[in-house]
Amino acid sequence: MTTREAIGIVAKRLKGELAVCTTGYTCRDMQAVSDRPGNFYMIGSMGLAASLGLGVALSKPRARVVIFDGDGAALMGLGNLPAIGTLAPANLIHVVFDNGVFASTGNQPTYSGSVPLDRLAAASGYRQVGRAGTPEELEREWDRIRNGAGPAFLLVKCRPDEGPPAERVRLEPEAITERFREAVHAS
Amino acid sequence: MKAPEQAQAPRLLLEALRSRGFDFFCGVADSTIASLISELGEDYLSATREDLAVGMASGAYLSGRRPVVLMQNSGLGYCLNALTSLNLIYKIPLLLIVGYRGYQGKDAPEHLVMGAHCEALLREVGIPVFVPEAGQAAEAVAEAAAVLRGQKIPAALFIRPGVL
Repeated sequence: MTTREAIGIVAKRLKGELAVCTTGYTCRDMQAVSDRPGNFYMIGSMGLAASLGLGVALSKPRARVVIFDGDGAALMGLGNLPAIGTLAPANLIHVVFDNGVFASTGNQPTYSGSVPLDRLAAASGYRQVGRAGTPEELEREWDRIRNGAGPAFLLVKCRPDEGPPAERVRLEPEAITERFREAVHAS
Repeated sequence: MKAPEQAQAPRLLLEALRSRGFDFFCGVADSTIASLISELGEDYLSATREDLAVGMASGAYLSGRRPVVLMQNSGLGYCLNALTSLNLIYKIPLLLIVGYRGYQGKDAPEHLVMGAHCEALLREVGIPVFVPEAGQAAEAVAEAAAVLRGQKIPAALFIRPGVL
């Protein structure tokens, strides 16, 4: 399962959830597979998608928030894990698409091969933790986690995509803000 | 002992913040602003690092809240990427309340370089800085809130030792 395929599987199962997407190819893949007003594309500030998603989840308890994170970004923002586990918004799902590399800068390796991020999440206090390595496991684990209370963590083992990357994020940052704010307000 | 009017300063600052609609408070503590954090009680969310507090507060803004991030000026270094590649370009306004360590070169060694340059550092990237005198923090909140509302960018309130 490539990263874009994995992102597509989760994206297609979203109902009204707000989706906060991390820096790099994750945003671009999400835009390519399922562009929608409830997507926040974080084109800079790597490592902060999880903290931004946490802020949305805490501020809007009735909405459901899904963080589309990467292994490099999750490792960069490791301090997010104890914050999410402790502040514990029940409406938050943190999905890490773990392809083991910094894909958008040329597939340089991260430490995720030797550090199991799902165990860090469990130790940090996430209420549910899952792991998937195939499309079938991902669908099953998503449905299981989606039906329980959060904060939940889903580690998706995937491989980097080959071939040309998806198109850059088309919206200007300020337009992303306005569109997402309206989507949050409506949810 | 603090003078009676100064003992009221944290409460007055918090009243000024609430009267301007600020309703989400997170950050990393500093002794200079510890009295404000005490005044906030359970309304204050402790972050693991200052840039993650900026991320949380930005999410709060996107959800219709009016956030404040509290920190020591040492944390500004961590925040520079968040402020420049998130808040300034996405037009996500935040009020930063920053403990001004190393002010006029009077502090422990680790505070001196940032203390000498933190105002210029923020102004250089386009973030307005307000450094109120004792008793003037509420006025500075009003000025900073006008920046946030008018330009949709962050602004910083630097709190020197003795102001709160």
